Amino acid sequence: MSAPTGGSAAAHSFLSRFEGLKSRLPGAAAPREAAAASFAAAGLPGRGLEAWKYTSLQPMADASFHEPFSLLAPCEELLALVPPPALALDAPRLVFRDGRLRADLSNPPDFFSSFSTAPELDADPRPLVALNTMLAEDGAVLDLPAGVDGGTLLLIHLASDLHGQPTAAHPRHIIRLGTGARLDLVEICVGTGCYLHNPVFRISLAANAALSHVRLQDESTAGFHLASIDVSAGAGALYDGFTFNAGSRLGRAETIATLAGPGARIHLDAAQLLRGRQHGDITTIIRHAAPHGASRQGVRHVLDGHARGVFAGRIEVARGAQKTDGYQMNQALLLSPDAEIDCKPELEIFADDVKCSHGATVGELDADQLFYLRARGVPAATARLMLIRAFLDDAIEGLEDPAVRATLAHVVDQRWSEPAL
Amino acid sequence: MAAVTETLDTVRDLTQSGYKWGFETDIEMDLAPLGLNEDIIRLISARKGEPDWLLEWRLKAYAAWLKMEEPAWAKLSHPPIDYQALHYYAAPKKKPGPKSLDEVDPELLRTYEKLGIPLKERAILAGVEPDPDRPPMAVDAVFDSVSVATTFRETLAKAGVIFCPISDAVREHPELVRQYLGSVVPAGDNYFAALNSAVFTDGSFVFVPKGVRCPMELSTYFRINARNTGQFERTLLIAEEGASVSYLEGCTAPQRDENQLHAAVVELVAMDDAKIKYSTVQNWYPGDADGRGGIYNFVTKRGACRGARSHISWTQVETGSAITWKYPSCILLGEASVGEFYSVAVTNNHQQADAGTKMIHIGANTRSTIVSKGISAGHSNNSYRGLVKIMPRAAGARNHTQCDSLLIGESCGAHTVPYIESRNPSARVEHEATTSKISEDQLFYCRSRGMSEEESVGMIVNGFCREVLKELPMEFAVEAQKLLAVSLEGSVG
Repeated sequence: MSAPTGGSAAAHSFLSRFEGLKSRLPGAAAPREAAAASFAAAGLPGRGLEAWKYTSLQPMADASFHEPFSLLAPCEELLALVPPPALALDAPRLVFRDGRLRADLSNPPDFFSSFSTAPELDADPRPLVALNTMLAEDGAVLDLPAGVDGGTLLLIHLASDLHGQPTAAHPRHIIRLGTGARLDLVEICVGTGCYLHNPVFRISLAANAALSHVRLQDESTAGFHLASIDVSAGAGALYDGFTFNAGSRLGRAETIATLAGPGARIHLDAAQLLRGRQHGDITTIIRHAAPHGASRQGVRHVLDGHARGVFAGRIEVARGAQKTDGYQMNQALLLSPDAEIDCKPELEIFADDVKCSHGATVGELDADQLFYLRARGVPAATARLMLIRAFLDDAIEGLEDPAVRATLAHVVDQRWSEPAL
Repeated sequence: MAAVTETLDTVRDLTQSGYKWGFETDIEMDLAPLGLNEDIIRLISARKGEPDWLLEWRLKAYAAWLKMEEPAWAKLSHPPIDYQALHYYAAPKKKPGPKSLDEVDPELLRTYEKLGIPLKERAILAGVEPDPDRPPMAVDAVFDSVSVATTFRETLAKAGVIFCPISDAVREHPELVRQYLGSVVPAGDNYFAALNSAVFTDGSFVFVPKGVRCPMELSTYFRINARNTGQFERTLLIAEEGASVSYLEGCTAPQRDENQLHAAVVELVAMDDAKIKYSTVQNWYPGDADGRGGIYNFVTKRGACRGARSHISWTQVETGSAITWKYPSCILLGEASVGEFYSVAVTNNHQQADAGTKMIHIGANTRSTIVSKGISAGHSNNSYRGLVKIMPRAAGARNHTQCDSLLIGESCGAHTVPYIESRNPSARVEHEATTSKISEDQLFYCRSRGMSEEESVGMIVNGFCREVLKELPMEFAVEAQKLLAVSLEGSVG
């Protein structure tokens, strides 16, 4: 292989790390070499790509990311960042530190195995996925046999910088539910300092399986979170995804969900609360590849300070995916004159017997509602918070587990009470 | 059973007429040599007797165009266009710009008669042919590269309105043309606008002075006739403070197996309290049922609401062209200015359309409305692509967008690609889009009342488009409805 390139200092640091690490990485070398070549050629995705029109990785391009040194590092401080209602959940728990499983902090369920024991890598050319393929060391492999109810599982990711130097973690999680299997996955990402968390999820659901996947991205506001989530739902299967973004300086979750079997259902709800100079990008592609599928998507943004929210959601209906029902709603509250929202709700439809709709609204807090509260003696700041909470609650209240709702509510209060960056 | 007979007749009429504007006029043409280079641009400029500044402007645009690449982001696919295989100038052999209608080649007059375009100013004025359905309308007829006739110029001049071919305007009102040409769509704005700026041959110029309400509808009728030519017209319309004008353009082309290029630029300028209503019935030859032939329509249309409370409204019915690429836009600069976009785009057979609008809100309290209705049938693809951008100073801006797509048949595609960017918290932006097919219930209802399937579809489609059609000047709304029926024929059953 030729000398590492990749354009930016960050890309260079990833490629150098691969050169140093490759003999020790688990699994076959060929897919990783191929991913490295592809990443070296492409570099970090730039704004020239339509999929990155509104999100620039420039803020991380000049950083040099170091290998985390965390197998034995203490985690108490980081665990204390996890909202108490989540820690109180009576459920098996997987704790990852900087992309590696910490067995000492975890009590895994029996359907768990470590990615590092038998890595499954694929040839996905998207730059961030290639980066993950190149460097993934660990991750959760969850294999639920047919008919098994896996209950609730807590997946915690902790990350930090290393003596002030940025670090990077690239965990790869693989989740497979057999026919009729069920699992409620609650994922929480927290950390301190500057780091990159670049997880890749490969999720496949067999017929009539049901996965609820709640993601709480509450990373350090100096950190970067770039998640790539691929979902394939078989006949009658349900993927019920909910993402809440409150953390990171620059966060992006790109979900590609395919309704592969007839009658599959996909929910991709999301909410984000961004302040200071935070940037949050929710990018989704929902592919209706089989008939009688239904997809639902509600996305809410609350943007304060200089925050910038991005939503790019595409619903694709393939030829033959008749009787598809697709619905998408994107709503944004801009709280400050310097906040910005960019959205692109897109429909691409090749079948005639379908019902697809999307809507988007952008605006500020309703002056009438504020007046109503003020007229009843509620102080302005409280009134604003009440309305913001109500706006986010509409997104959160669809979640079934009260502990999960309490977790998210805790984060909203916590983030709102902090001074913004 | 008179009703049944009538129904059968209607259906037969519809199915046999096809593209009834597809004839070719046999007329002697003055053609520039094939290809595009600086000499061709000098030749066009010389033929039109243009001043040096305009030639320089064209050459600068040409230099910019050479450095640009054809845009590839639209959901369109076509074989590469050979820009060297076209005639960039084609004019009927007769001295251009006849002084009166009597001087116009009778063959041309017959052509326009066949197209149903009234170039008979005097007949109407003299009351010889009183036609209550057609109120007087001034028409500028552009045939290939030149304007062949402009009616009612004198009547309009009395009101202070200038309505003439843009090549006349360059000679007679150079200061106005120089001030406004390229001020909304700069010469290097995009690939097709740059090409147009380099080689544009004719088009209409409208100037409505301060406080004048244009006394009649203005209209331009574009006709591509010659083989292997491209049409590159340029329209410039200026409404000064408090002025108002309604303008309509129509277009057709002969039926041929080859593809022809049409790359127009339209610039609108509205000052304080001015109002411009710009309507288009686009009916270029769409190609045959197998996708052979048809016009490639790459158009840049943009209006600048420069003054406070100015108002620009785009209304369009797009049924023609093999490929449509157009995004009529409004730059809402003046405080409380208003932009509107009402569009019906129909694609059938192998037509492709990637069209939409841009509303750029710069001034405070600016408002925009977008209503787009896309209908896809056959093997066609129809995309709405739009941008609503709220700049930081646009406090209190409002936008409402409604995009509906209707699919007829299982081999077509309908796509919606809206971009919404807001940088002001007090702005409110709303976007709704739906995609559906004609419901079985609606069809059953019509069929059970004795309507044929085709008629039923026609009626349902007209209902679907009503919000847009009602924005058209009345007589054109009727024409547009008929056009919709013809465009969709063969798409059911």
